Amino acid sequence: MARIELRGVAHAYGPSPTSDEDWAVLPLELIWQDGGAYALLGPSGCGKTTLLNIISGLLRPTRGQVLINGVDVTAAPPQERNIAQVFQFPVIYDTMTVAENLAFPLRNRGVSRAETQARVEEVAGLLELTADLRRRASGLSADMRQRISLGRGLVRKDVAAILLDEPLTVIDPHVKWLLRRKLKQVHESLKVTLVYVTHDQVEALTLADQVVVMNQGRVVQAGTPQELFERPADTFVGYFIGSPGMNLLPCSVEEGAAVVEGQRVPLPPEVCARAKADGGELRLGIRPEFVRRVSEGTASSVRVEVAQVEELGRYRIATARLGAQVVKVRLPEEERVAAGESCWLEFPARWTTLYAGGRAVS
Amino acid sequence: MEKPTNNRAWLLVLPVLLVVAFSAVIPLMTVVNYSVQDILGPEQHVFVGTEWFRKVLRDPELHGALRRQLGFSLAVLAIEIPLGIALALVLPMRGRAASVSLVVLALPLLIPWNVVGTIWQIFARGDIGLLGVAINGLGLKYNYTADALDAWLTVLAMDVWHWTPLVALLCYAGLRAIPEPFYQAARIDGASAWATFRYIQLPRLRGVLTIAVLLRFMDSFMIYTEPFVLTGGGPGNATTFLSQYLTRLAVGQFDLGPAAAFSLIYFLVVLLFSYVFYTAMQHAGRSEAR
Repeated sequence: MARIELRGVAHAYGPSPTSDEDWAVLPLELIWQDGGAYALLGPSGCGKTTLLNIISGLLRPTRGQVLINGVDVTAAPPQERNIAQVFQFPVIYDTMTVAENLAFPLRNRGVSRAETQARVEEVAGLLELTADLRRRASGLSADMRQRISLGRGLVRKDVAAILLDEPLTVIDPHVKWLLRRKLKQVHESLKVTLVYVTHDQVEALTLADQVVVMNQGRVVQAGTPQELFERPADTFVGYFIGSPGMNLLPCSVEEGAAVVEGQRVPLPPEVCARAKADGGELRLGIRPEFVRRVSEGTASSVRVEVAQVEELGRYRIATARLGAQVVKVRLPEEERVAAGESCWLEFPARWTTLYAGGRAVS
Repeated sequence: MEKPTNNRAWLLVLPVLLVVAFSAVIPLMTVVNYSVQDILGPEQHVFVGTEWFRKVLRDPELHGALRRQLGFSLAVLAIEIPLGIALALVLPMRGRAASVSLVVLALPLLIPWNVVGTIWQIFARGDIGLLGVAINGLGLKYNYTADALDAWLTVLAMDVWHWTPLVALLCYAGLRAIPEPFYQAARIDGASAWATFRYIQLPRLRGVLTIAVLLRFMDSFMIYTEPFVLTGGGPGNATTFLSQYLTRLAVGQFDLGPAAAFSLIYFLVVLLFSYVFYTAMQHAGRSEAR
């Protein structure tokens, strides 16, 4: 069992990093509690895999320290850390049988034959591989190969954390959910720390208790799925999470209101004051789910022109024009709206966030 | 839907059949034709059945050449394959060092075969050659023009020098094709360098190694130019391999019938051994885990 702590960890692949672009991971502080399920979410090339390899010891960070259970393991090679890693493309030793594959990490560590066999059987049972133990590992389906590589991680008794690097990318969609459920089940029964790297927000939000969102080598926000959805700390989190993403409208602030395209959106005066103090480019953020349509204009509503309506079964997404800006609104199916209509929208202050220079104004 | 069945498909493969006929089948038939006739002169020939085959198979000189040939080819494989793998493993994988070492490694492959023979002829000379003088300087008696074993070993050393780079280059390409996560997983699984080689690198080299073994076997089994230049098959018959023997028979003594019979046997032996090696290497991969 392990608590993983990253202190000022940064990594650059080049020899002499100068600008921010030279760094794959910019200095960051993170603490992952023992037994938690964490997701590292971000677009391709944001530094997720680099960070994962730093934790497992495949990479030595250019700066900073990695602590596992309070012990500095920055310089320790992977085999000395009790960490399992599953890669995007399943790695199996295909000249061996399934059982030999599972036993391999134990054999390398000189574990006794009897104990190895007991562990292999236990893990095979957990991952539903018992029937195939004697089969040769080549020519198996992708999800089985991925289960075997997960099993090679779990077979070690002392394994403290499992790191998964987009493990479901190559799995067929119809078995993806099965494997995801299996993972969740493994996590619940073994209580190991789970770190799951993905660029798929649905995967991240369903699997993890805590999601760390990364962008361009930076951790932009770490929080529960709910926090990320309701209070994105950063405009990137706003539009990266959610489908469609958050509406982000350039605005200016006045006393007690944000002004978008000449229309006032009332906000708490202290927020407006802080936004002014923070400086930078100002944006008004609200998720399509929280925009309300009201029947007639009030002091707190804005007038928009509906440009397009997408039917999505149980709900519809309306794209509306607010002057030169575009606002997406999620409407329940019973609400009738047609393209070309104008209507009034309200942005409830509770769900509206002001962003100054990309960061949320608290 | 039912598949149409007709003979029009033959028309489509006809061009290939024609090419193969002119490049392989017709020349081969000429040899087959010679092997069953005694050519007395232009327009004068007698059908002799299997006589040439029987004669060639009983020829003690041929038996000697075949033994030397087999010993040589097996020694070539036993040295060049492991050495090639080892070289590929220690070559740098990226950067300038990688390209420089690849070029240096490939140099022997760029030298014409008879030049290789000439180089070694001088290099191994006991009186002026660097290698010959050095070995004699160590107190060992070495003279490849007089001692049979020395000659055989010199031809072997020359072949290893000439062709190990090919095996190394093939293996290098095979190693480069192994994705990084395999090595990462091995490190996390705590695999030793040997286990990484045994369970990741070697299985993934099987394809290129099959090619390397077949190429080196066939090539060394048909070796001609280099020993011809270096030793001329001597001293005595010490380095007379099958091709030299065949040339002597066909061009030297102009025994076209026995030479043709021998060519056919030679061809079948190469085919048989290649088949055995190929099957063995394919089988090695499949039967390993059970």
